[in-house]
Amino acid sequence: MSDAKDEGMIKITVEFSGGLEMLFSNERKLSLTIPAKDEDGTRSNIAFLVRHLCDTVMKDPRKELFVLDDTVRPGILVLINDADWELEGEDKYEIEDGDNILFVSTLHGG
Amino acid sequence: MAPSLCAQCKTSRALILRPKDHTKLCRACFLTTFETEIHHTITSTALFTRGERIAIGASGGKDSTVLASVMKTLNERYDYGLDLILLSIDEGIKGYRDDSLETVKRNAEQYGMELCILGYDELYGWTMDQVVEQVGKRGNCTYCGVFRRQALDRGAARLGVKHVVTGHNADDVAETVLMNLLRGDLPRLSRTTSIVTSTPSLTADPAANTNIKRSKPLKYAYEKEIVLYAHHKNLDYFSTECIYSPEAFRGSARALIKNLERVRPSAILDVVRSGEDMAKLVPGSDEGCGGVCASSVPAGEEEEGGCGSAQGRSSGGEMATMEQALSSNDHAADNGLEIEITTSKIAKTAAPLPLTVGKSRKVPKAPHASRTQPKKQVMGQCKKCGYLSSQDICKACVLLEGLNKNRPKNHIEVGYEPDKEVSGVADAVKDIHVGAG
Ligand SMILES: [Zn+2]
Ligand SMILES: [Zn+2]
Repeated sequence: MSDAKDEGMIKITVEFSGGLEMLFSNERKLSLTIPAKDEDGTRSNIAFLVRHLCDTVMKDPRKELFVLDDTVRPGILVLINDADWELEGEDKYEIEDGDNILFVSTLHGG
Repeated sequence: MAPSLCAQCKTSRALILRPKDHTKLCRACFLTTFETEIHHTITSTALFTRGERIAIGASGGKDSTVLASVMKTLNERYDYGLDLILLSIDEGIKGYRDDSLETVKRNAEQYGMELCILGYDELYGWTMDQVVEQVGKRGNCTYCGVFRRQALDRGAARLGVKHVVTGHNADDVAETVLMNLLRGDLPRLSRTTSIVTSTPSLTADPAANTNIKRSKPLKYAYEKEIVLYAHHKNLDYFSTECIYSPEAFRGSARALIKNLERVRPSAILDVVRSGEDMAKLVPGSDEGCGGVCASSVPAGEEEEGGCGSAQGRSSGGEMATMEQALSSNDHAADNGLEIEITTSKIAKTAAPLPLTVGKSRKVPKAPHASRTQPKKQVMGQCKKCGYLSSQDICKACVLLEGLNKNRPKNHIEVGYEPDKEVSGVADAVKDIHVGAG
């Protein structure tokens, strides 16, 4: 009812590695369906995805290990379709259907 | 955003933005560039000699896994003629190393390298689980940290290997530079910035633990690029949250480095270089005397943080959380060693004394170490094990002495020698005064 249009949602793959998966119930790979547009009606970007992950996916209460000052915590790399997010506009990158977003922690040891 | 092309081959899509100079590279060019830079580090410092047998300190984590992979690649590509083996240390904490040792075993197969796993029990006669049983949960981090610092050297000596390489990267070095700068400890700073932190051979005894050379070929490699290398090369590595927390100070230095990198990626290498330049200004630094002068600090004495640090690091927030979790049962999680020894002795005879008052967080010191000034260390050898030490007896041996003295558990001696117990307490209390003063 609310979203009648079929382009209302997009399907993406989100992956966690380098120890970050421990914050996401040890899930390394998620298939997510997210709204194509955010609350303000603009195309959903990485910033939106990160909020979405925090609010609805992440069960671990230690949000600060993933997000700090409203962005991905320094020391966590973000790869968009295998490319460094810095090459793609960082958290302003507008997500497309079928995208693969990988979050890798460099902060964990072995 | 239109995809940009690789600055090197100008044909493939750029996937990597290099932190040190903002070059955009494709996957293949990045892998080659990364390897070539390590090769330059190795050749420009004449790190290895042909025919040398090298032990790679391997934890299964990203740094040592990448190090092993790159060493294998370069050894073959440039015909170094090195004999590479993997050396892993098992602290003997039930369950803790299971997954990482499995990773190391897989790596050994993938890289066709010999693997040697040595346990704390073999190296020290005690597993960490046994130590914990003896001293309680509180003090064990001190033990694990001190033992870990020597473990690779002792292990290498066992194998008759004279050179150990570790996966310390530019972020690690920058972090250590900052820590020593903030502590005002330039002599130590000068020691830890050096690519070879060898324990100089003071004796001709080839079996002595002190004759092991230690180096870090990844010293100029960004942690970010190490992780990207592992990712783009599909390396098999293991990540964990460190179950024991390094000191909070190190965590803060870490966070600072990562924050700086976000704003100014070149900052990490800049800090490393500043550290090297400052090292040259320190009188009697390694730069001037080849590492055998009085300001030297034994290889592992400082560069690795608390327990699990070098290969097992966690962020500040995690550490705080971990700390809370660890200390939930016991309230004095971060006391120095002196107090730990005491409580373990006392625990058997009397209720714990309120010894924790006013104890501030600081690098735990062995009782014998606390009387000397840290600035003017004169390096000698531990009279017991031969490891390079500023004291007659090195920290590990002091700890072992304490452990072995109290080995009882099996002997049911508690209660049989009340006098001894009492004097033990008295000694311990004396130690506390020394330690806190
Ligand atoms: Zn290229
Ligand atoms: Zn010793």
